[in-house]
Amino acid sequence: MNRRTEIKTTEILDLNQMDSGFLAEVKRRSGVDISLCWHCQSCANGCPFVQAMDYPPNRVIRLVQLGLRKQVLESSGIWVCVGCNTCSIQCPNSIDIPAVNDSLRQIALEEGVVSEPNILNFHRAVLQSIERHGRSHKLEIMLRYKLKKHDWFSDMTVGLKMFAKRKLELLPSRTKNIAEVRRLFEQKFTV
Amino acid sequence: MQKDNLTNLSYYPGCSLATTAAENNSSLIYLFRHLGFNLVELNDWNCCGSSSAHSIDSNLAFDLAGRNLSLAPPDLPLLVACPSCLLRLRQAHLHLKNDETARNRFERTWGQPFNPKLEILHFFEFLDQIDLLSFSKDHTLRLEGLKFVPYYGCMLARPPILRHEKNYFGLMEKIISCFGATPQKWSFSSRCCGTFLTVARPEVVTPMVNEIILGAKMAKADCIVTACAMCHMNLEVRCSLKEKIPIMHFSEIISLALGLGKSEYKGWFSRHLVDPKPLLKALELF
Repeated sequence: MNRRTEIKTTEILDLNQMDSGFLAEVKRRSGVDISLCWHCQSCANGCPFVQAMDYPPNRVIRLVQLGLRKQVLESSGIWVCVGCNTCSIQCPNSIDIPAVNDSLRQIALEEGVVSEPNILNFHRAVLQSIERHGRSHKLEIMLRYKLKKHDWFSDMTVGLKMFAKRKLELLPSRTKNIAEVRRLFEQKFTV
Repeated sequence: MQKDNLTNLSYYPGCSLATTAAENNSSLIYLFRHLGFNLVELNDWNCCGSSSAHSIDSNLAFDLAGRNLSLAPPDLPLLVACPSCLLRLRQAHLHLKNDETARNRFERTWGQPFNPKLEILHFFEFLDQIDLLSFSKDHTLRLEGLKFVPYYGCMLARPPILRHEKNYFGLMEKIISCFGATPQKWSFSSRCCGTFLTVARPEVVTPMVNEIILGAKMAKADCIVTACAMCHMNLEVRCSLKEKIPIMHFSEIISLALGLGKSEYKGWFSRHLVDPKPLLKALELF
């Protein structure tokens, strides 16, 4: 089975598209100074998800350094990253790459460029569940996610197995003071 | 079992343990009770924000974790069961310590002062300080003959800001081998389980999980021991290999090792997708 997504190996970069403020913007939002990167590729070599990314983490960093905003924000790699911190613990300069990806994802979302709508829909389903109950309710998250994806049949066996083992509860566990939790969501346009 | 004189600990179970991993929750509460601690659930806690809040809205992630911190009794250590919740709560706590603006926001939102001294602990850190074997009724090495591999998932890797916090590397091996079990060497103890991509990109997670399970088999392990309910679920659900391997919660295996809760076991193990009972029967633990 071929597990690799098309990692972009060679690509001609159009440096006329450089946004010279992008590096500073990412630094301001994430609090991480990625100009420290040596491009040793430790992050990419350690990342357990690199085979599902178009750009490995170090290349995303290079693109940010070059100010190639569009390529970065349209990349799938920033959405595939789950924040397991394997990269940052291997980074000789302790660059918090998951924090950078959080910021990049949020900028992409604000600008309406989302290369992995399914992953975004999953995050939204989780947050909607938290907004409703104060806690995440797996069954509801799965149903909402599938509704959005118009896909009812994939993973059916897994779902049924979990259900049989009482691993997908019908009812959520709830926070009583739900008004207090919902207030936190009032300002959030991304959810 | 002694029921009096239990020391109270504040306890944050998190969503997985409150629902899908109820067996992890009950075995943990049971184990701690036996060790003399009463786990008092944080009153009216909410989700820590999981992977999704910080992925798309950093402020929301901070506020969700902040509410839980505001609920924590000031004088008790806060014990957290899930490594991912632990990370979210610790990160928010550290951010509050270091950032005045964040502190002001916290105090405005929750109407109370921030408590910089709140201790947030994973249950590992607690168990490490206790001589567990002395709690075994007959001091028997009940796990003799069991070969296991410890699976930490991403809990050994932390963001740089938490790099100098205590590390758990080797803790599972150390504690479980006290009871006669043998940890096997393998390469996957800190390989991520795939977390939420199990829903959005199962085709990415399945080969990763299979690789982990195969690794455990090549190490000749009888079972994998995890300390995270999320890892536990992914390793069980996403393995597409014919021959599977039982995945045990750390809290379950320690309870077994201490010879506790024979009547409880049934409820725990019937919730496993890969039945651990044949293995446990062979070891005369069930």
